[in-house]
Amino acid sequence: MSSAATPRDPYALELCALSKTFKLGGSMLHKSRTLKAVNNVSLRVPRGQVMGLVGESGCGKSTLAKILLGLTPPSAGDVLINGKAIINANQKALARHIQPIFQDPYSSLNPRQRIAQIVGLPLRIHAIGTPKEQAVKVEEMLDMVGLPKRAAQQYPGQMSGGQRQRVAIARALIMRPDLVICDEPTSALDVSVQAQILNLLLDLKDEFGLTYLFISHDLAVVEHLADRLAVMYLGQIVEEGTREQIFTAPRHPYTQALLASALTPEPGLGVPDIGLGAGQPDPTQPPSGCAFHPRCPVAQPTCSQQEPKLSAIPQASGSAASQGNQARVACHFA
Amino acid sequence: MSNLSSAERSTAPASPLLSVKQLRVDLPVAKGTLHAVRGIDFHVERGEMLCLVGESGCGKSMTSLALMGLLPRKAQINADCLNFDGVDLLTVSERERSNLRGSRMAMIFQEPMTALNPAYTLGNQLCEALRRHQRVSRKAAHDRALYLLKRVGISAAEERMRQYPHQLSGGLRQRVMIAMALMCEPDLIIADEPTTALDVTIQAQILHLLRDLQQEFGTAVIFITHDLGVVARIADRVAVMYAGEVIETASAQALFHAPSHPYTQGLLRCIPTPGKTLPGSRLQAIPGVVPSLIDKVEGCAFCNRCDQADQLCHTTPPLQTVAGGHLSRCHFAHLLANPATIHAQEVTL
Repeated sequence: MSSAATPRDPYALELCALSKTFKLGGSMLHKSRTLKAVNNVSLRVPRGQVMGLVGESGCGKSTLAKILLGLTPPSAGDVLINGKAIINANQKALARHIQPIFQDPYSSLNPRQRIAQIVGLPLRIHAIGTPKEQAVKVEEMLDMVGLPKRAAQQYPGQMSGGQRQRVAIARALIMRPDLVICDEPTSALDVSVQAQILNLLLDLKDEFGLTYLFISHDLAVVEHLADRLAVMYLGQIVEEGTREQIFTAPRHPYTQALLASALTPEPGLGVPDIGLGAGQPDPTQPPSGCAFHPRCPVAQPTCSQQEPKLSAIPQASGSAASQGNQARVACHFA
Repeated sequence: MSNLSSAERSTAPASPLLSVKQLRVDLPVAKGTLHAVRGIDFHVERGEMLCLVGESGCGKSMTSLALMGLLPRKAQINADCLNFDGVDLLTVSERERSNLRGSRMAMIFQEPMTALNPAYTLGNQLCEALRRHQRVSRKAAHDRALYLLKRVGISAAEERMRQYPHQLSGGLRQRVMIAMALMCEPDLIIADEPTTALDVTIQAQILHLLRDLQQEFGTAVIFITHDLGVVARIADRVAVMYAGEVIETASAQALFHAPSHPYTQGLLRCIPTPGKTLPGSRLQAIPGVVPSLIDKVEGCAFCNRCDQADQLCHTTPPLQTVAGGHLSRCHFAHLLANPATIHAQEVTL
């Protein structure tokens, strides 16, 4: 829409050394602690692609999503959308380019408004078209996400989880954004409904030329949907690459463990023993050196002293090392 | 350990530990009666892992609550047979029931934070579980709790015993729940989505632990989940539930290799499976939604979503035997049982 006229940056989204630090506690008796929820994250999402973002709970993926949506300011670093910095940008202008789809379609829709009002709200806020034109647009949008006409007059409470998620998708797409942040969009849904929503997201991506940042803990879903993948651990990206690179030849021990622990529906294989030890360490006291070293099965003495840098993996000779399929990993021994 | 096992443990090997026949649970709601469980049959052998799998609202949790005697007061329960190791769970007194609960049948809930009491230390709660049922000294209970905490992989167990639930992470709390369920060495553990709230790495660890302990102690487990990946990896036998009925029962191998009910087949097709589904391709979703269970469901409950339904499907299908121990509630189960039908439809890479 509005961005179509301007010359397009090859990346829909760029994160440059983005950090977010929270101060915790801090009273007369206790020293305040700092929590680096997002720690020096740099990432580029090519236009029209799906970037999967995976990691355990508390690794900072949702904080990252909040920064992108302008719900919380970053402590340092820059976010560029279509090559333009969004920090301090007008929230309303930002909303034209980037829209969210949240995990829980029960709490993300106002229960007191009809579906037509919910989906049409962005149009009213941005004063696009007359009320009549808005109503037509809403109807079109509901049709595109596969909801019947009568849904417009219903309330969220009258709908199933899958239908509500369709409403959330309609609301996100009615402004024709470039970038959609999908934060676990199917994890609250049943598997048979999940497939319907994933199909819809893929169809709409082609139809509108959308770019998705797809946050999920379900690796099978991410493998199905994502073109590229970034793996986060304790606020940092530890590995990034194309779907093939990550799923066929993961380099980082954490990525390897994460992939090993995904349970595919194949009987007789048993539960893998991934040997990762306990859960994540306290994020307010991250381990020295590589943050993953206390859980890493192949850690060496250097890992506790030196922090590995996220650096490009040298491409095998012969394969075209174009920027598009560059992979990065943060491990001394990858 | 043997001194803790219940003395009256039955030795008859032939009868299953738990047998359920025509279990019905009805709940009065504003619009009428919700038939949450509509006449289900299953049994659990000693020491086996039975997975109850189904989507939300299929009645799997209501079934587990009915077995534990924890249904809401307004719920009506009916069955031809609800037998736990010789005890009729329908007629048992509340006192006897409460003696069974925790001692011979224990439960692990999805959200350990709501199942653990925030105001008591873990040691206190673990010991209570044992001392409520058995006359053992504080010291013996403490030792048993300590042993089990170590056994479920909790380091610094002595210190953890003095901590409160909020001081533990989700994975650790779920380990404590497992330890608590094992305190009295029960014959049956009902685990209701015990790993759904956990990260995949922690889930793998907890499942590994549960499987190890189950085999070590010979405990039967009813594992309730919606995740077919989990089912494939841990189940001995599987019962698939849909709209308050068990629509297919089989060994895990048979269910995944030769699913014989259109719903089971649909479920297996609609999850993306690495190596089988082409990335970015359309998934074969099951169209439509689950029928309302408030009114009487006529005929096959799945027929409005089934692409193979015909006239016959408006009559209630019986539970048919497809192969030894493999039952399916579909009129066409025998036609569907051929493994080639599902594998031919898979998109291969």
